[in-house]
Amino acid sequence: MIAAQDLRKAYGPHVVIDGVSLALGAGQCLALLGANGAGKTTLLRILATLLRPTAGSLHLDGVDALREPDRVRPWLAIVAHGSHVYEDLTARENLRFWETLRGGDVSPARLMGALAEVDLDGVADERVRTFSAGMKRRLALARVRLGEARVLLLDEPFTGLDRRARKWVAEYLLAFKARGGAAVIATHGFGDGLGAVDRVGILGSGRLLVDRPTADLSAEELHRLYESLTDSVEDAG
Amino acid sequence: MIYARRAWIVLWKDLLVERRSREQLNALLFFCLVLLFLFQFALGPDRERLAAALPGLLWLGFILAGLLGLGRSFLVERENDCWEGLRLTPGDKSAIYLGKLAGNCVLMTAVELVLVVLFGVFYDVDLWTPAAPLALVLALGTVGLAAIGTLFAAMTSQVRARELLFPVLLLPVQVPVLLATVSATQALLLGQPLADVAHWIKLLAGADLVYVTIGLLTFEFVLEG
Amino acid sequence: MTRALGWLAAAGLLAGLVAGFGYAPPEAVQGNVQRIMYLHVPAVLTAYLAFGLVLLGSIGYLATRRAAWDRLAAAAAELGVLFTGLTIVSGSIWGKPTWGTWWTWDARLTSTAVLFLVYVGYLLLRNLIEDADARARYAAVVGIVGTLNIPIVHFSVKWWRALHQPSTILGPEPSPIDPAIGLALFVNWVAFTLLFAYFLSRRIEIARLEEQT
Repeated sequence: MIAAQDLRKAYGPHVVIDGVSLALGAGQCLALLGANGAGKTTLLRILATLLRPTAGSLHLDGVDALREPDRVRPWLAIVAHGSHVYEDLTARENLRFWETLRGGDVSPARLMGALAEVDLDGVADERVRTFSAGMKRRLALARVRLGEARVLLLDEPFTGLDRRARKWVAEYLLAFKARGGAAVIATHGFGDGLGAVDRVGILGSGRLLVDRPTADLSAEELHRLYESLTDSVEDAG
Repeated sequence: MIYARRAWIVLWKDLLVERRSREQLNALLFFCLVLLFLFQFALGPDRERLAAALPGLLWLGFILAGLLGLGRSFLVERENDCWEGLRLTPGDKSAIYLGKLAGNCVLMTAVELVLVVLFGVFYDVDLWTPAAPLALVLALGTVGLAAIGTLFAAMTSQVRARELLFPVLLLPVQVPVLLATVSATQALLLGQPLADVAHWIKLLAGADLVYVTIGLLTFEFVLEG
Repeated sequence: MTRALGWLAAAGLLAGLVAGFGYAPPEAVQGNVQRIMYLHVPAVLTAYLAFGLVLLGSIGYLATRRAAWDRLAAAAAELGVLFTGLTIVSGSIWGKPTWGTWWTWDARLTSTAVLFLVYVGYLLLRNLIEDADARARYAAVVGIVGTLNIPIVHFSVKWWRALHQPSTILGPEPSPIDPAIGLALFVNWVAFTLLFAYFLSRRIEIARLEEQT
């Protein structure tokens, strides 16, 4: 589903991503670990077609995402720091706005269905301004669900959420994978969601230093590997 | 027609947000009141001087209010990364421009109506007799201002020093619209018939066509990354 | 190539000076002051050429995303501002002894001043954006708006002027075209165009080298 080859992103002399390649099949989830500033967000934004790489290629479900971003955008979704919600609109109105822009069907049944799946149907007509961070995150995921995304990119999805909300995001991920989607999560910590993760990658100095299935690594091994890599990267400066 | 639905939903969203937050409209309306006093004080109590300057003052008022309102038209998109969300929507981005343009026209028209009424009342000028042709000039001028204003507002929303850059970019480009509308308004207020200002109307209509076309064609490049 | 242009331009300017000051006769009404027209008119024509190239470069960049077009647009805009400034200053200098004031809202001066402001804004915008692609895109949009606006500005100012002053006897328009004056004008125009081409070529070269470092 996701095939990235030799991605490179440089801002003048400053190189943020230095030759990253990764491949992810349908129904799989990759967790991207790395210290702050390692380039996780940049990489994710390139995968989301929000940022143009300086070099490299990106294919999503066989389509050249760099040449034809508009062909992949209908089923590509990113949930990052900002949740793409308008604070003065209600949950239902937000969904209606984004789905109409997508060109999708916005029948009340469909909208309510998406809200129900994220447990927000009770507050469908409340303004988003009254929502907690977790609720806004769930609304973003409802938008993704409504949009029938096949590739999902999550930037630090567990940050700022309470335990229950984190568990909830993890379950959402499992359901997403079961439907055949591919997901990449960028995180710099080990949240509860790692149960849904099939592969782990560690990003350092703009390069993918590790890229292995979680089956191959135990949790402690992973932890140690991560610590040592980020330490050495930080030392190397 | 999906395109029309998409343009409409952008207009719908902006009007809804504005109605709920009431941020812009209230401030702009108050700004009009302030302008009224400002003009009076700047020109002094001489009635005739004020009457002579009236068409210019009216459009100066529209432009100043327009600068404030238009300049902020993409500000709501900065919250929660909605601008990014707009970039990621598939399909013809010009529909978003059209929706924004419509929203800005509605906002500016509301402000203009208030200014016109205030001018009529406070400066004791007869705006009722030439109301119909005046409305035409107003409409054409508004579209002209909003067409490029919306485009530049989108651009400057992503740039440093946007509050300064927006008027610096917009005003020189809008000189023709200003000249045309003030000249036409002046003639109409003096009681001249619409036929006398036909060339101005044609200029405005032509300019509007050019500006909106440019907006429709280039908006995707402003939005694209 | 650039070097050759430089020499040609120098030769052209020399010829222009000779034509303007030596060959052409002093104008009947204004006297020698009128000779500044040999600077003023070619300058404004060159400015229009420059802005036409801005439009070309802008459209070219948006269509192909190749930096070369953007370099063309940016260089042309800089030179356009330069020549526009030259037009305004020379027009002003011409105006002082002729009309008695440094500035007058004459049609050409006003249009040119508006143009100056538009493209200074263009350069300001470029200065404020660091990301090369965003800078090129946004500048291209402003470039397209600015240049397509030129005829609209021209007509609106002309008609507006007609309202306020029926006609100017001592306009910058050369009234009857004495063939000698016409020839001198032509020579200077060619010289300016060559000079412009030389500067443009140089400027683009510099921009290209800057990008490589």
